Amino acid sequence: MRDVLRSLKEGVVQGDQERVLKAARTAVERRLDLPLMASQGLGAGMEDVGKRWNRGEMFLPEVMLSAQIFKEAMAILEPAIRAGGKTVGALGDFVIGTVSGDLHDLGKNLVAVMLETTGFRVHDLGRDVSAEDFVNALKNLGGGILGMSALLTTTMIEQKNVIHAIIETGLRAKTRIMVGGAPVSIAWAEEIGADAYAANAHQAVSIAKGLARDMRGGVPR
Amino acid sequence: MSVGRMSLPIPLRMLPGEDIHEFKAKAMEILAETGVFYETPEALEALEAYGCTVDHQQRVALFPAEAIEKALATAPKAITLYDREGNPHAFLEGNNVYFDPGSSAVHFLNSDGLAVDSSGEDLANIARLTDALENIALQSTAVVAGEVAKEVGDSYRLYTVLKNSTKPIISGAFTVNGIEDIKELLVAVRGSLEELRAKPLAVMDVCPFSPLRWTNVACKNIMDLARYGIPVEFLPMPMAGASTPVTLAGTVICHVAENLSGLTLAQAVTPGAPVVWGGGPMVFDMRYGTTPMCAMEAMLMATTAAQVGKVLGLPTHTHGCLSDSKVVDVQAGLESAMGALLAGMTGVNVISGPGMLDFVGTQSLEKLVIDNEICGMVLRYLKGIETGEDAMAVDVIKGIGPGGDFLNTAHTRRWFRKEVAIPGLPIDRQDRRAWYEAGSMKALVRANRHVQQILSSHKPRPLDRGVERALDNTMKQVARRHGVTYLPLR
Repeated sequence: MRDVLRSLKEGVVQGDQERVLKAARTAVERRLDLPLMASQGLGAGMEDVGKRWNRGEMFLPEVMLSAQIFKEAMAILEPAIRAGGKTVGALGDFVIGTVSGDLHDLGKNLVAVMLETTGFRVHDLGRDVSAEDFVNALKNLGGGILGMSALLTTTMIEQKNVIHAIIETGLRAKTRIMVGGAPVSIAWAEEIGADAYAANAHQAVSIAKGLARDMRGGVPR
Repeated sequence: MSVGRMSLPIPLRMLPGEDIHEFKAKAMEILAETGVFYETPEALEALEAYGCTVDHQQRVALFPAEAIEKALATAPKAITLYDREGNPHAFLEGNNVYFDPGSSAVHFLNSDGLAVDSSGEDLANIARLTDALENIALQSTAVVAGEVAKEVGDSYRLYTVLKNSTKPIISGAFTVNGIEDIKELLVAVRGSLEELRAKPLAVMDVCPFSPLRWTNVACKNIMDLARYGIPVEFLPMPMAGASTPVTLAGTVICHVAENLSGLTLAQAVTPGAPVVWGGGPMVFDMRYGTTPMCAMEAMLMATTAAQVGKVLGLPTHTHGCLSDSKVVDVQAGLESAMGALLAGMTGVNVISGPGMLDFVGTQSLEKLVIDNEICGMVLRYLKGIETGEDAMAVDVIKGIGPGGDFLNTAHTRRWFRKEVAIPGLPIDRQDRRAWYEAGSMKALVRANRHVQQILSSHKPRPLDRGVERALDNTMKQVARRHGVTYLPLR
């Protein structure tokens, strides 16, 4: 079991797809403690990747590869975990997308991957997402955290429209809202009534974790 | 050797001619086999009628070589820009070099080094300062007016610059109907669309969305500009390693393909539509996920892509004389100077960047006046060495002989102002003692003084009363059309 755990963790850090997927299959076959494999193996590997990235030892293409391998391995573990009555994505639902009119999704994709590997159930609505689609996704989930990005000053305004739509449908109390994107600032987040602003993927992850804690604690807005 | 001949530095060539043609050939291969996405159905229809094969479902156009060559044949090889009063001002052709401030920043760096959201007042100050700066020939809509409703943001920026300077303007629109509004403002100054066509006053940037896509806003803008005969500057901003291949050559090929695809659409709409071959390639920083525009690799790509445009005989543009630093510091100076010199030595016609910091996010007045000095040095370098008989000065050397001095000669008095440029306040050439006595001012402090001096004394040539009224009224109409009630007219 320890070998498998080590293979999952080290393999994710090293970007060794073959090793990780083989270990994931072995874990399922041997009926090992799969939630532990996911958190202490794959999850711990990604945490290490995040730290190495922060220290400038790993770079984005390597981080993306590790995240990709994490997702592939999770796809192997997840059905077995569910069959055992456990859940994945313990931190909760995170709806993400770029706002209507904005096609710049590079940063959003990065944030989505980092959130997913941290333990969120990420619902990536893609780019150029209408307010209606954001609202519908949150409605179906019964709330959650919403992350919206905009790269242009002309599309920033859409973030405000989405928040209005969320208020109108009565979902605001069940939703925490994060905004990001090059022209977006803390001041803008405050002005439009968002809960938080993140300047980069690292920040987005730590802020999202905080918001998730806040929601679990049921702290009213 | 004829009298008064200038010995110009040879334009910098990164690559031999065959390699430059190779970039075009590879880009054309991609255009023919993979094609380009156009979000707007009308753009695809225009391209189909022009000879492209269009998949309307996927909104992708494939370009046979003949369509591209036909477009290159009708694209004008020179564009003359005229100032607000209608005088010829800049000749975008050959190796002529003109600088304009970096454009569309959302932040403004205060003189105390604090970056704040930019405003219309900041833009007016940048425009007035640029109007006075002798080495920055063109204006740009340098910052976003944060306090103004986004619906009229594009037109309000152009309006503000038109009110505060006579120099031609590099600008752009961010909305589908933006060009319509902008055209009305330009016509208000020129008097008629015919006059505007005959004497272009502004160039409009349009950005493809790498890799190989044109959004609805971009398609509509290109088509409107081509119809009105307003010069359009294509501005691919590929991110090597993110939106295009990490290899510099791969990114340049995408850059070239995007330029050719924009140019072909413009020519399909109106053969002969004035176009500028532009671009601002970036690398993608794999540590921070940022987009450095002043990395040496970005400069390599920018100058190489520009050379392809030059080989095709088109007016060219690139970014240069800007920096990714957050403040006006050593990094800002070194990146700006290298970019300006490299772009200038390549003979790029429009070089956008002065004043700009922070990945085209922040404008600074202090940096603008320092960059004015950089641009002046580059332009001086490009003038080369005068090699006529009198400049060779053989008779003067013989006349003075060994051991004399040249300070008190008619030859020196005749030539010194022409030969050695005297820099402005930001560049210090005093001796140490004099520098101490003048207050030991560092470059940034001197730059700030220079800014204050110019802004307190420089009065741009005033607008003709009638033109001013027409311009104000047009701006009000545009605002009303968009339901915007608050709009400071400055």
